[in-house]
Amino acid sequence: MPGLGASFGRGGATTFQQDLQNADCIVIMGSNMAENHPVGFQWVMEARERGAEVIHVDPRFTRTSAMATQHVRIRPGTDIAFLGGIINYILTHERWFDEYVKAYTNASAIIDERFRDTDDLDGLFSGFVEEKDSYDLASWQYEDLSLKGSAGRRMGSAASGNKEATHPLSPREQAAQKRLLEHGEPPHYDPTLQHPRCVFQLLKKHYARYTPEMVERICGTPREQLVRVAEALCANSGRERTSAFCYSVGWTQHTVGVQYIRAASIVQLLLGNIGRPGGGILALRGHASIQGSTDIPTLYELLPGYIPMPQAEHVDMKTFLEKSMPKHGLWTHMDAYMISLMKAWFGENASAASDWCFNYLPRITGNHSTFPSIMGMLLGDVKGFFVVGENPAVGSPNSSLHRRAMANLDWLVVRDFFEIESAAFWYDSPEIETGKLRAQDVKTEIFFLPAADHLQKQGSFTNTQRLLQWHHQAVEPEGDCRSELWFYYHLGKRIREKLRDSAEPRDGALRDLTWEYTTLGEIEEPDAHAVLREINGWGMDGKALGTYLKLKPDGSTACGCWIYCGVFENEQNHAARRKPGSEQSWVAPEWGWAWPMNRRILYNRASADPSGEPWSERKRYVWWDAEKRTWSGEDVPDFIADKAPDYVPPDGAKGDAALDGQSPFILQGDGKGWLFAPDGLVDGPFPTHYEPEESPIRNVLYERQSNPVRERWESANNPYHPAPGKPGAAVFPYVSTSYRLTEHHTAGGMSRNVPHLSELQPEMFCEVSPELAAERGLENGGWATIVSARTAIEARVLVTERIPDYVIDGAPTHVVGLPYHWGSRGISTGDSVNDLWSISVDPNVHIQETKASSCDVRAGRRPRGKALTALVNDYRRRAGLPVEE
Amino acid sequence: MELFDATGADRETATYDEPQARKGFFTDTTLCIGCKACEVACKEWNQLPSDGMTFTAQSYDNTGELNGTTWRHVAFVEELRNGKGGGDEQVLRAQAGRWLMESDVCKHCTHAACLDVCPTGSLIRTEFGTVVVQEDVCNGCGYCVPACPFGVIDKRQTDGHAGKCTLCYDRLTDGETPACAKACPTESIQFGDLDELRARADARLEKVRANAHFRDASLYLRGDDDGIGGGGAFFLLLDKPEVYGLPPDPVVTTRDLGAMWRVAGKAALALVGVTALAALGARK
Repeated sequence: MPGLGASFGRGGATTFQQDLQNADCIVIMGSNMAENHPVGFQWVMEARERGAEVIHVDPRFTRTSAMATQHVRIRPGTDIAFLGGIINYILTHERWFDEYVKAYTNASAIIDERFRDTDDLDGLFSGFVEEKDSYDLASWQYEDLSLKGSAGRRMGSAASGNKEATHPLSPREQAAQKRLLEHGEPPHYDPTLQHPRCVFQLLKKHYARYTPEMVERICGTPREQLVRVAEALCANSGRERTSAFCYSVGWTQHTVGVQYIRAASIVQLLLGNIGRPGGGILALRGHASIQGSTDIPTLYELLPGYIPMPQAEHVDMKTFLEKSMPKHGLWTHMDAYMISLMKAWFGENASAASDWCFNYLPRITGNHSTFPSIMGMLLGDVKGFFVVGENPAVGSPNSSLHRRAMANLDWLVVRDFFEIESAAFWYDSPEIETGKLRAQDVKTEIFFLPAADHLQKQGSFTNTQRLLQWHHQAVEPEGDCRSELWFYYHLGKRIREKLRDSAEPRDGALRDLTWEYTTLGEIEEPDAHAVLREINGWGMDGKALGTYLKLKPDGSTACGCWIYCGVFENEQNHAARRKPGSEQSWVAPEWGWAWPMNRRILYNRASADPSGEPWSERKRYVWWDAEKRTWSGEDVPDFIADKAPDYVPPDGAKGDAALDGQSPFILQGDGKGWLFAPDGLVDGPFPTHYEPEESPIRNVLYERQSNPVRERWESANNPYHPAPGKPGAAVFPYVSTSYRLTEHHTAGGMSRNVPHLSELQPEMFCEVSPELAAERGLENGGWATIVSARTAIEARVLVTERIPDYVIDGAPTHVVGLPYHWGSRGISTGDSVNDLWSISVDPNVHIQETKASSCDVRAGRRPRGKALTALVNDYRRRAGLPVEE
Repeated sequence: MELFDATGADRETATYDEPQARKGFFTDTTLCIGCKACEVACKEWNQLPSDGMTFTAQSYDNTGELNGTTWRHVAFVEELRNGKGGGDEQVLRAQAGRWLMESDVCKHCTHAACLDVCPTGSLIRTEFGTVVVQEDVCNGCGYCVPACPFGVIDKRQTDGHAGKCTLCYDRLTDGETPACAKACPTESIQFGDLDELRARADARLEKVRANAHFRDASLYLRGDDDGIGGGGAFFLLLDKPEVYGLPPDPVVTTRDLGAMWRVAGKAALALVGVTALAALGARK
């Protein structure tokens, strides 16, 4: 989550769900929390019962809106404009939390004189390299000080691969790279916030155009509603009050998704709501342990604990650390985290003599994320594929392309509870129906393996608020069902056995791996405790470590993921703690264990004022105890325990010591919350509004219609709708958006086979307003066909006033709502919404844009077989796109 | 014994060796988020089958009603006026409208007509004051079905037995909370001793009504003096019962049974008399 990482230093929710009860105002945006996080939503209800304002900003009136004190409509894909309107309101009405902004944000930093904003360059920031469709980030830096983004840049630079800025460095730039903070401050800053190139003034200028009138033009949100939301936020922020934001994939699944989160970060920094009880930004993750799967990542560009994956140019550990490690803040100990990781993986084999086995690690040379891998399958470059806990044949955009890619593999392993669409596509899929694939031509060898469910295995989940919770095994897995842990452990053992006598250097990594865990029972299930203990790490004495502060870069400690260090402190599995809430404080530190170091609210130094006193009695959380000369409070302080508020770094200080006693964002190079991101994001230091890749609406702010550095794969398999004003644009006149329902789980593998869930939402349907229904002759309970340039799908019709009609820039605009759970398998079946979408993704995190697109809608069911291809070709012809055979 | 007395709940509870405090549900619709966890938990615990894959196109309600195999049912009521209101604050707030959700269930009436009409003794009043069908005794006659003033109890197509909420009798006997209340994430469904629930509900109603938007809120079936003598399961509603599809003034359908029998008895006696007189007259 580089949106949060670039702003605050860590890519995780800044708060926890139980803390929402303390909020005086909660804005839920890009999230349907009541439907998709019903259990966590109890804390929103608790806040509402205590009198908090609960605002739901959403294109639809959902079950969350029904619980909110205000529902505010917004056209899909325009949230930056809305949030920009709030920033504008705060700045023009002088409502920011002045002391907080001056002390804890980078508002005073002076930016490089070469920086140019989007208003100067008609939708581009300075540094755009036309031929590469990417930015050279040099002009976004602080003047004479080059800072690395804490989590973001390393992800960003790795993510963007060869998009990295490559211009030769001037002497001044070279000097800037070597320069350190001076007594905790950048070389050039203006504490009065008046300098025309200081962040605060740039911010004011950037958001000057985001007036309530402009917001209404772009978002279709009545201007008085925008003002009411902005006023509610301002009135509920400050010393005495705090406001929180909740978001989920309604924000991330856009070609500017990361910048949505950045925009909210700016609002929360201006209002002083980060690091304080009842404040923060809660990133609600899509399902169990998604947070865990980025902490201990299934991502190509990260190692455990957000350590960047080495790149080809990193020839040895020294080069890698030099290139990747910032000079200030906690990340200056990355060498200890990295070498301890290598010790956990390679044990005795990792030593200074073997360069810590660094050369066993794969290197990245570009973008190896999901979509390039899928394109690689189509080209025949990628030969094999594991599908685990996922159903790309239903859940990925332009699913047809995914199915065709999987049909071009040598082998495919699918581990699931049921024979899902991703295992059955070779004989049961829209491509088989239309004749684009024939079962006898699919050469992929598919291994369908039965998976154990969560009741049949033990282990930990890391939930949305970084909380590790242990689940115990209830029953033994049936038949051949096995856990993921069992599968990978035994697969690894078998491969290692085969390679035991290999002399090939390429097999060294597997041979030298530590791969022994205690196993349990007849099926030899690895003991998940042993794995979690290895993740926690140990010291020379073999005892479990209690904190990552003990990790050393000399090979004397081993740790599988530094941020999880402490979960096994004193040889106790803290993830399994279940002390009832009634027997401890409301923070409940003895329920499970949260990274880092069991902190529940991150950056909580900011809950005290610069002098270390709580901002107010009402919002008391962590404070400086002058008598004991230590930080203390309700939570584990997120600060060096004995660093006094008045600490000023000496000349030449590095690492933690370079940050002063008033810098709560200890992973940032300057210890500040970033209103302006000089590094860490590849598409801009400030969020700015662009239209989605496919939108019937022209961008009213700039000539640039969409994010100039978004990633696209234009081909006959993945054509894009013409932009507004281009010939054929009117062929797809409606806005479409996709979402989930309470009753089903993501791509449906876990719910469409369960009768009790399926009967609650038994069929694929679309939601349309009465006005659109009248315009297209749709009948409630009847059928509709939804058409994009990729395909057409059919859905039952639910006509409802919960889908508002929008007036955008004077023109009526209709929205089609599409829940995406269905596919051809299971008890409850239907067409897949993801078949409609194109692949067009955010350049920072490569997440697809499936929350805002365009389409056409017709009454009645879709044609079958070749007639379906003919219908789509007719649309393609009219839109000026290549037809499919 | 007069038939009318058959609905006396207290006496029957008291016949148990170890009578318990009367248990019930307080369903606070202001807290219901419509997640249907109650429906699913109920079916899982009570091993009830799915009712089939029917898309109703009626808001998000695809189970439609309480029946022999759906013992908790969440009703969805959409009332939206998109942008069609005026400009003042009150109207702006209400402009987006509302989407009411209410988890319905058997009311476990104090005067339960289903129990009155059951000829086999399958329907009983338990030691918890709840009304339960003993499926192994039920002969499927179906008298109870039209007797229920709420349309709750129903005959299952599969085995012909009558079915409805038991307030998880099997869980109660083990001191456990009924499955629906246990699964509810927002405490919209609250389980407990009826006296305590009623007190809690009174306080809650006062708080809800203090909000200008919810002046019409009321407790439904909370009292002792309505047509069913109060419900073991009762509700906090934001609008009139009929908005949620509930009868506004339910009456135990056997209320007039005693009187009817008396009238019928008198009529019969009169008829006998008339017949006798006629016969006597004919002999003449």
